[in-house]
Amino acid sequence: MATQEQEAGGFNVDPMHQFEVYPIIELPMVGGVDPSFTNASLWMMIAVVCVSLFLTLSARGASLVPSRLQSLGELAYEFIANMIRDNAGQEGLRYFPFIFTLFMFVLFCNMLGMVPYSFTVTSHLIVTFALASVIFIAVTAIGFIRHGLGFVQLFVPKGIPLIMLPLLVVIELISYLTRPVSLSVRLFANMMAGHTMLKVFGGFTVAFLSAGGIISAGAIAPFALMVAFTALELLIAFLQAYVFAILTCIYLNDALHMH
Amino acid sequence: MEAEAAKYIGAGLACVALTGAGIGIGTIFGNYLAGALRNPSAAQGQFPNLLLGFALAEATGLFGLIIALILLFVV
Repeated sequence: MATQEQEAGGFNVDPMHQFEVYPIIELPMVGGVDPSFTNASLWMMIAVVCVSLFLTLSARGASLVPSRLQSLGELAYEFIANMIRDNAGQEGLRYFPFIFTLFMFVLFCNMLGMVPYSFTVTSHLIVTFALASVIFIAVTAIGFIRHGLGFVQLFVPKGIPLIMLPLLVVIELISYLTRPVSLSVRLFANMMAGHTMLKVFGGFTVAFLSAGGIISAGAIAPFALMVAFTALELLIAFLQAYVFAILTCIYLNDALHMH
Repeated sequence: MEAEAAKYIGAGLACVALTGAGIGIGTIFGNYLAGALRNPSAAQGQFPNLLLGFALAEATGLFGLIIALILLFVV
């Protein structure tokens, strides 16, 4: 793909180049694992620092009449607290710190990815899959701790004829086990597809511009689309963080209250 | 048929999954609008559900797109 673009416009525009992970500080291999400090690690750290700074600054000097930053912090807190209360009940609020951390981390990773020349951590499947696995294991453990072996009743739908039961139990079990996959692939696919699309349209714009003459005026069309897509991507970045958090709440609700 | 050609045809076919996403998103927004016009006072309360439905429907289509990208860049 890159060579075609090169012939057309004289520019090397590879939409997949932005997802490349490269080491910033090389470290020796430890037991077959490469622990190098990469650009992905760097942007994860930036996201964590941003979240910490935002929440620390907004909580500092807390007053009855909130400042702008404090209102933002309170807005985020209330948003997640309400989400948990609506979807997982009052008991779910015990897990508020985990879900709030998760939401803020995913949100900031997505949003920082929208900054030009940055790196989108959540556009890598391994990152989202690790997050989803933690949620899956934690929720399953909570279910078994609260209900003991009775938690397996989750896979047995009520009010179903006995003949149908073996089939439905298998379907329920499969749908439960695919949760970490669907949860992680959803976030990863959205972020990767969006960023690829932006770069593809960026490549069109550059190709038009470098064609010269009257054809250069055609660059306005892909450029306008790119502006619109950037706005859409900002919405998606928030929405996917929201969906990630709300699905965690729904899974948690299953573990806490069964059906 | 050459393997390279089959790869590109497969990638193109995988993108058909996005048709379903388009239909799903259209249904969600259309039905929300229809419901909101009938009962505007209840519309605000259902807005989070609208966004949730939109994100879920869009994701299913993107699964197909991922298959296409895997075929193009990984296989």
